Amino acid sequence: MTDQVIEARELRKSFKGQPALAGLNLEVPAGSIFGFLGRNGAGKTTTIRTLMGLLKPDGGDACVFGLPAGDLTAGIEIRRRTGFVMEDKELYPYMTVEQILRFTRSFFPAWRTDLEKKYLKLFDLSSSRKIPDLSKGMRSKLMLLLAISHGAELLILDEPTEGLDPVGVEDLLRELVSISAAEGSTIFFSSHQLEEVEQIADRICIIDHGAAVVTGSLDDLKTRYRRLRIVLREEIPSPIQWGMGVERLRQHGRMVEVLVSDNFDTILKQAQSLPGSSVECFPVNLKEIFLEYVRSN
Amino acid sequence: MLFRVSPNTGLPLYLQLMEQIRHAIETGGLRAGDQLPTIRAVAEDLVVNPNTVVRAYRELEREGIVELKHGSGAFVSESVVGRAKVTPKAQNIVQVAVQRLSDCGLTDDEIRRLFDNELALHRAEKSSGGKQ
Repeated sequence: MTDQVIEARELRKSFKGQPALAGLNLEVPAGSIFGFLGRNGAGKTTTIRTLMGLLKPDGGDACVFGLPAGDLTAGIEIRRRTGFVMEDKELYPYMTVEQILRFTRSFFPAWRTDLEKKYLKLFDLSSSRKIPDLSKGMRSKLMLLLAISHGAELLILDEPTEGLDPVGVEDLLRELVSISAAEGSTIFFSSHQLEEVEQIADRICIIDHGAAVVTGSLDDLKTRYRRLRIVLREEIPSPIQWGMGVERLRQHGRMVEVLVSDNFDTILKQAQSLPGSSVECFPVNLKEIFLEYVRSN
Repeated sequence: MLFRVSPNTGLPLYLQLMEQIRHAIETGGLRAGDQLPTIRAVAEDLVVNPNTVVRAYRELEREGIVELKHGSGAFVSESVVGRAKVTPKAQNIVQVAVQRLSDCGLTDDEIRRLFDNELALHRAEKSSGGKQ
């Protein structure tokens, strides 16, 4: 058995000849809070819809809980064990909160009435309210409540904080952290809000043009990535040949800026050995990593 | 317990949290034998991943600053008192260094940058050296 809750290998999908997924690889370990990052149109929603069995890939495999996502029978099992919040956050407009709860409850034998009660209170959702009368933030919370309450081991959330105000975002993130701590659920969420991903995710994947460009543990990435700023005594005519691990290089006259993604020790020694150099070292945050990869592509 | 972390500084959150706990011990905010807040409480309070808190506590345990007692939580080690005595000595060293640098005509900003840079290099060497 695998301890990856989600596993995708070489996923491909095109719409009208336009590739949306171009060989995406993805591994989401059990118990993680996983941030799935990318620009608009990078392939986040296509990936999520494929994982939920709503789209058939042109090539590659996707497994959730070790079960094939495209398979009809397996798909039922996957959806039973997964709480899913869609991007558009659409819900039956003619129902009240109480009605949608009763409706959803009937599909899930493992329904957690305790969680339903807890989050109704916490989210301040009144059961008699009609869905169209709810604000966008309230609808997001209602969808999250539905996803959590069916006792899901995995939450897949497509841009859960989109359209929420800063207080709403912080509340929602806090709930995700709390669910992760209390229930041990795996949380997979897509976003382009780098700050919120940086705050709660332990693992990330940056997707661009349908493929993963950076993936791994956030702590590990932050430890490996560093920016060096070097001032040389004199301009060097030929470009410096750096060792392995230099991701990006910018040189303006005597100023050199190096983005290091690995082998920091070696690169640092090399920088310090340059003639008359002053070397400064800066940590790199997720936004910088994101921009470096996504912009250059 | 009041901790605060900044997610977007580029420093891993577990390191920031470790630093704050150490600082709380050095300044007497936490004393030997004190119980640290639960992982869930810290995660919810700071809105960070519970694994981040677990990692910070585990690393502090490895450094001998914290003791993890199964089922009852994390406590500041009894042996940690030694560290509080180091702080005044360290303060003396910094005081002398700052005085000398300022005598050389360096401004506060310049001194601060030198310290920051030295620390960043030191930390980088330590963390990448520790991995190999």
